[in-house]
Amino acid sequence: MRAALFVPCYVDQLWPRAGLSAVRVLEAHGVEVAFPEEQTCCGQPMANAGLASAAEPLARRFLEVFGGFDAVVCPSGSCTSMVRNHYDPFLAGAPGFEKLKAHTYELCEFLVDVLGVRAAKGRFPHRVALHQSCHGLRELGLGIPSESMHPRTNKVSALVGSIEGIELVPLARADECCGFGGTFAVAEEAVSALMGRDRLADHARAGAEIVTGTDVSCLMHLEGLARREGRKLRFMHVAEVLAEAAA
Amino acid sequence: MDSRRRILDALRAAAPPAAPAPDLSAVGARWPDPAARLAEAVAAVGGTLARVPDRPALAAAVAALAAQVGAVKVGSAVEGVPGNVDLAAVRDPHALEGLGLAVLPGAFGVAENGAVWVPGAVLHPRAVFVVTEHLALVVPSGEIVQDLHEAYRRLSFPGADFGVFVAGPSKTADIEQALVIGAHGARSCTVFLLG
Amino acid sequence: MSSMPRVSGGHPAAAARFVADEPRTHWHDQALWVVREKRDRAASGIPDWEALRDVAAAIRAHARGRLPDLLEEFERNATARGAKVHWAADAAEHNAIVHRILSERGVTRLVKSKSMLTEECGLNPYLEARGIEVVDTDLGERIVQLRHEPPSHIILPAIHLKREEIGELFHGKLGTPEGLADPKALTEAARGHLRERFLAAQAGLTGVNFAVAETGGVVVCTNEGNADMGTSLPPIHVACMGVEKIVPRLEHLAVLLRLLARSATGQPVTTYTSHFHGPMAGGELHVVIVDNGRSRLLADPGLRGALACIRCGACLNTCPVYRRSGGYSYGWVVPGPIGSVLAPARDPAAHATLPFASTLCGSCDAVCPVKVPLHDTLLRERRTLAAAGLVPLGKRVGLRLLAALLAHRALYEVAGRLLRFALRHFPRFLLYGPWNVWGRRRELPAPPAESFRDTWRRTRGRHG
Repeated sequence: MRAALFVPCYVDQLWPRAGLSAVRVLEAHGVEVAFPEEQTCCGQPMANAGLASAAEPLARRFLEVFGGFDAVVCPSGSCTSMVRNHYDPFLAGAPGFEKLKAHTYELCEFLVDVLGVRAAKGRFPHRVALHQSCHGLRELGLGIPSESMHPRTNKVSALVGSIEGIELVPLARADECCGFGGTFAVAEEAVSALMGRDRLADHARAGAEIVTGTDVSCLMHLEGLARREGRKLRFMHVAEVLAEAAA
Repeated sequence: MDSRRRILDALRAAAPPAAPAPDLSAVGARWPDPAARLAEAVAAVGGTLARVPDRPALAAAVAALAAQVGAVKVGSAVEGVPGNVDLAAVRDPHALEGLGLAVLPGAFGVAENGAVWVPGAVLHPRAVFVVTEHLALVVPSGEIVQDLHEAYRRLSFPGADFGVFVAGPSKTADIEQALVIGAHGARSCTVFLLG
Repeated sequence: MSSMPRVSGGHPAAAARFVADEPRTHWHDQALWVVREKRDRAASGIPDWEALRDVAAAIRAHARGRLPDLLEEFERNATARGAKVHWAADAAEHNAIVHRILSERGVTRLVKSKSMLTEECGLNPYLEARGIEVVDTDLGERIVQLRHEPPSHIILPAIHLKREEIGELFHGKLGTPEGLADPKALTEAARGHLRERFLAAQAGLTGVNFAVAETGGVVVCTNEGNADMGTSLPPIHVACMGVEKIVPRLEHLAVLLRLLARSATGQPVTTYTSHFHGPMAGGELHVVIVDNGRSRLLADPGLRGALACIRCGACLNTCPVYRRSGGYSYGWVVPGPIGSVLAPARDPAAHATLPFASTLCGSCDAVCPVKVPLHDTLLRERRTLAAAGLVPLGKRVGLRLLAALLAHRALYEVAGRLLRFALRHFPRFLLYGPWNVWGRRRELPAPPAESFRDTWRRTRGRHG
């Protein structure tokens, strides 16, 4: 099958290996990957700041760029959630929007739900802390969060956890927010930094060598803090873990 | 226009959408052994549950309890359990200060959460259940409901009726989240299942 | 009791000050995380938690749709049982009514159990200025009252204080031994101190957790017994409630009570759940029904969901930002996620930073027993503030510029190249100047050699 890859702007420009790994993983599962070059950004930073009028043109652009594809796959929970859960005020009623919403997927959920992947390929003999990025977890339903009393399932940990040799370390707080939060990282810098450092302390105490997650935004924030603190941790997007395992 | 009218008009003008009352049949909790669950639940809220076969055994247990907690003044509103304070004769609730043990009848226990329903009709004066240093509640062993849904199906308030669910002794965790049993109300709560 | 101080610089500045004491912040954070964990354990202890939340949300929506009828039904039933029902359009009227009830009866000594509504209305200073001694009897509330501070949490008023600080306070005000910090001993001292106040009180004032239209009763939930002590020793009981506290029938009360204590403190139920219908023999029961902006909330489709709130505090306990910034950073009597919705709805200019004091992680939505759509409402508040010009100019301009740039692929690609160039070549002092807020505590991302799309084009050609 053919899928368009939606690469978040900050991944494209600052952490391209997540996008490149996503391509490798998708192609390894027989997906023909297209990259529509006119894509830029989903508009989430503007929308989250309450600037709906600034976000709207980007939403329209997104529909134009991606509307023709049968599937859109994105290595980011928050950007995917923007399209599925927050584009309605801008695009409701627009031709092709309902189809776009129904066929835009975060990478792990695409692998699990659309391609039916149950066991990831290859080996990854490392101790890994899986950071549950909030939008993917709670808005997209990539997993059942710790607050819920529904039976605890999680597509990301099931997929990543299925890699041979990987050890997903148990965390004291399974899904506490890392503190990035978009412009929050700057507007509430002190709390943002402390939240991130607390996550890192949890990961380190659990014995992690590598921190992974579905959102590069969280990882950039955590990595930035870790490097400043001198922590010996590697940061890899789940696509990179899956790609390296299968390599 | 008075405030009552203004408020009601403002609420009407707000025109929120009508929404149907939900079906409550999908909620509720059941335990196979409600009495056992009640005992666990009473303990979980800091109380103690004891079973007594009859009133003489109850009276003996209460006397033992009074001795154990050092209660000198004992007031009982439960048939067959003597006390040395005549609660019915107390006109001024302030006179209850210093009451060591109050023995009161409970209408039923709630297995889900360890609470006992104490109807206002048995509280003479009303303050007795909270001013007393120690509290004993006597519940007929057959009167245990599964959960609060079942509890409220039994309750009605046709008149100026007070009633209180009492779940264990008074407590607080307001200082550093450290649980302390015995805040302003009773320092201990013993539930006697009678019969 | 002092009213909540206005926070200059809003939440970010206050939070930065709070967080500057990192060990203390971790202590505060962990204390509240434990309460969140207790809530989790309590919720898992009954089989129907998630179904109960759905039903509770539906009950609140149903009641919202019938508020005037339910309030009138409540008034009829309460009055028929001998209670007196009063109506207050706003905080000023609420205070005046309560004062009138007390002063007409010569009351100068009042005991109070916790009521966030009366905090909202500023009742204590109002009464004190008019010669009525007001003693808060909830232990946490009494502690902050003695310190002339507002509560920092709606359920755990003194959660921001360490036992040693409380011990020092009690040493000064209650005469406990210096250095005594054991919670049990301090609570015992408070018991004796407050028992004197209960016995001397001429009236008791409580909040209302729920008012039942079907029976005309008000329900008050406490663990300490202070509400019951304060309303069964003195003959006069004044109960203050917001219009949204009304519940149609007893069967609905069951649902909400099964959720309340589990959400608030992780207990299956509070020690006392008292149902007041009409006065005690020889006494009086006054119920004061208060609007104070609630009808305005009800009229707004984007905000009326917030009226479902049952003031359990679960959203505060789960919020990673609240845990690390404390109640005083919010500048309003109700802090945390629900406060960040209610306060700016009331006064947008004064509370413009609150909806942004959130990463939109969604944890609050997931714990709320009545499914208040906090996440979506916070976003909606952000839009309202932006439309009103209450978002900082720099942020607005910066994001609009960014949006314009992102609308043109060529510009976006050039900007990306410039950014990578800067990251690669600019000296550290230039990159990490005072203007770089990200860089205060974080390294900037290491610049990749090329962007994803550069690699894609290079390896796949333009038509890949």
